[in-house]
Amino acid sequence: MAAKDELGARGESLAADHLTGNGLEILDRNWRCSHGELDIVARDRDEVVFVEVKTRSSVLFGHPFESITSTKVARLRRLAAAWCEEHPGSSATIRIDAIAVIVPTRGTVEIEHLKRVS
Amino acid sequence: MIGRTYAVSLLGLEGAIVEIEADLSNNLPGFVLIGLPDTALGEAKDRVRAAATNSGCGLPNRKITVNLSPAALPKHGSGFDLGIAVAALAASGTISAESIDRVVHIGELGLDGRLRPVNGVLPAVLAASRAGFGTVMVPSGNADEASLVPGIRVIAVPSLRDAAIWHGGEFEPEPVEIITRPSVEAPTAESGDLSDMISSGDAIDAMLVAAAGGHHVFLLGPPGAGKTMLAARLPGLLPDLDPHAALEVSSIRSLAGLPVGSGLTTRPPLEAPHHTATAAALVGGGSTQIRPGAAARASDGVLFLDEAPEFAPAALDALRQPLETGIISIHRANSVAHFPGRFQLVMAANPCPCGQWGARDSECTCPPNSRRRYLARLSGPLLDRIDIQFRVERITSAQLRLAGERPSLTTADARATVTAARQRALARLAATPWRLNSHVPGSYLRGRELRLAPQVTSGLDRALERGGITMRGYDRVLRVAWTLADLADDERPDETHVGQALYLRKAMSQ
Repeated sequence: MAAKDELGARGESLAADHLTGNGLEILDRNWRCSHGELDIVARDRDEVVFVEVKTRSSVLFGHPFESITSTKVARLRRLAAAWCEEHPGSSATIRIDAIAVIVPTRGTVEIEHLKRVS
Repeated sequence: MIGRTYAVSLLGLEGAIVEIEADLSNNLPGFVLIGLPDTALGEAKDRVRAAATNSGCGLPNRKITVNLSPAALPKHGSGFDLGIAVAALAASGTISAESIDRVVHIGELGLDGRLRPVNGVLPAVLAASRAGFGTVMVPSGNADEASLVPGIRVIAVPSLRDAAIWHGGEFEPEPVEIITRPSVEAPTAESGDLSDMISSGDAIDAMLVAAAGGHHVFLLGPPGAGKTMLAARLPGLLPDLDPHAALEVSSIRSLAGLPVGSGLTTRPPLEAPHHTATAAALVGGGSTQIRPGAAARASDGVLFLDEAPEFAPAALDALRQPLETGIISIHRANSVAHFPGRFQLVMAANPCPCGQWGARDSECTCPPNSRRRYLARLSGPLLDRIDIQFRVERITSAQLRLAGERPSLTTADARATVTAARQRALARLAATPWRLNSHVPGSYLRGRELRLAPQVTSGLDRALERGGITMRGYDRVLRVAWTLADLADDERPDETHVGQALYLRKAMSQ
């Protein structure tokens, strides 16, 4: 496993812990289809939440959120539709969230959670 | 959280206060600028983000929406950068939102966070002061100019970091190099003294009359007669500008991007556009940002058109409106800009294409046809607005010899005479809306109070009967006669003054 993939996987599990800590139920992790991959699918009361997780080891090359472009958000929306099609009756409302995880080599991990990014 | 501050949008010389609101929303990072910005202003979002990061007071990684209102007012230029930056910083809680709410911000940001001076700071600060603001923040490079406006506190800052510190941001001050304008030496408007001209006395007298009464002048004469030299000395004869005019002249300079310096311009400006100038160059123009032309820059001073018949007829006729009203209005589909246009027009022309027609010492080689056409390029309505039409002759060898023997009039003495004559006119016109003899309408001069005795105007009446002058010309002669009386320190014009005034109008009829 390459170092960047390892960092990404670590960030995703940190994000999942963050979500469960906030009372969300994880429905799916790394769900794939022909359009791409959903990092985390969770349930927040009666909403299905699709979460994009971005992990960086520093902000030297920009904040993780800055790399979530409008194209990326559009793809997340398509993926959400595909997931709902495969899981009928799961929920009426959905939302798309973004989580930034900054994992420095030393020091504490920072997690930022943005709700309803589109 | 919303950060709110103010900036100024200039249209002509008038400034409108623009409210800048910044809102921070929990969304993916982005910067949205709304409220009818032009391209230069639309690029502000990239400048502001880079400048904020590089000056150590970065913007949050959230979506920032900046609104400029009133949204219907077109806004242009880069002077809003500082206002946008502090509004965004206040929205993110880095600086005090209360502090920025009372201040008008003007300035362009560099990517390194330093503030660059902008054009038009003087009229913008003036507009802020008139709108009732007590404090304005400007780039250090514009500090001199901004502090010329009385009654408003000017905060000059070299960088965005210093602006943030002033508004309560907790940063360590970091000295930066101030960005100043490239200092261009202002060209001296007054070239040479009146005393170093060798000229026939009546040419200088004609200029004195023009200066004292504010009359427009048309100088006709062969090449080498000294028309250009005479015209260039006219601003020197005019008295210093009053505070209001000085502020207006400096504001126009600021708007045109000319250096203003640390004091108000107190001397009347001289503008001498080349004869290839277009109508837009003369009166001003532009599609989004309307810029002042040569006529606006010459307001309260002298607009000198050398080789007047060579100008495009459309360009010359564009001057008719300001000559009539004293205001230059430039109309565009979405706005109208007004500039002051109270210039004194001086036109110079040769009598024919070869220039020798009517000269004593040489022969004209032009066919009569082209001679007639040459001066016909100056439209009748334009010439009709010019009080003094004077023929300048080349000096003779006898005049050259005599010139060394007589003491000649210096510019300083002439200016004193002109100032005294203007005082006299001002005292007489105190109860009227006019300030100079050239502004007074003929009906007032022919009215009961100021009507001249029939024997005084008999020569003029004869000229009118013979058809030598029109009724409008009659009024113009009366005005010049009053100026001549003011110069001679007489109560009222007498026959000599009327005769001289008639002489100063006859160049074209020869």
